[in-house]
Amino acid sequence: MNNTRRTVLKGAGATATLSALIAAGALKPTDVFANEWNKAAFEAKDAAGALKGIGAGTTADSKDLLLTAPDIAENGAVVPVGVISNIPNTTSISILVEKNPSPLTSSFEFANGAVADVAVRLKLGQTSIVRAVAKADGKFYTAQKEVKVTVGGCGG
Amino acid sequence: MADPMKIRASIKGDVTEIRVLMGHPMETGARKDAAGNTVPAHHIQTMTVEVGGKKVVDGQIGGSVSRNPVFGFKVKGAKAGDKVVVTWVDNKGEKRSDEAVIA
Repeated sequence: MNNTRRTVLKGAGATATLSALIAAGALKPTDVFANEWNKAAFEAKDAAGALKGIGAGTTADSKDLLLTAPDIAENGAVVPVGVISNIPNTTSISILVEKNPSPLTSSFEFANGAVADVAVRLKLGQTSIVRAVAKADGKFYTAQKEVKVTVGGCGG
Repeated sequence: MADPMKIRASIKGDVTEIRVLMGHPMETGARKDAAGNTVPAHHIQTMTVEVGGKKVVDGQIGGSVSRNPVFGFKVKGAKAGDKVVVTWVDNKGEKRSDEAVIA
């Protein structure tokens, strides 16, 4: 929980204060709202909607974005996926499972020395493209891999 | 209250590897139980990792993350003895925070 932000919001004339801070450049809007769950992106029903939800309207394929996932997952309920970005200044990594009912699985922002290297375990409802999206210097890069699922992980 | 997280943080060279296991059902809201009733969504939505008092990872996750999620992160510039604090909040407002020390 971001206590500073709570305190600011509780303060008198919170909106005015925040607007003033944003206008003054002391706070970027993304910093202020970083901790709010991105409902629109996570509830998007297709990959395009999810990408739009995280602000990645246009993306470029990148060989410096490494996605590791099994070729075949015997159990779609637990599929280990790793993403490493060697793109300089990578600030965030998101991972999508394109065929899942809600494709966006997770999104991570890095700061204060964190390396753009994340490992997660995902559910795959069916055989699907797994897509990693990295943000670096305001641009979005992607890498993808198809994972074949023999038993689904979304209760199917 | 949810089970305590298991957090391991070990330093190798200048990189600290942090692994976290969270005990959580991670229900998507789409699954049906044996009687055919839809199981309501219950999953973690936000998580943060702090090292030495500084936030290093700010994560948002959805129901597509597996049950009892496991995460791995890497951080540069930390040193042995620094405190690692991991916090999560789920869609029902439940939260849990646990800590470990870098070994």
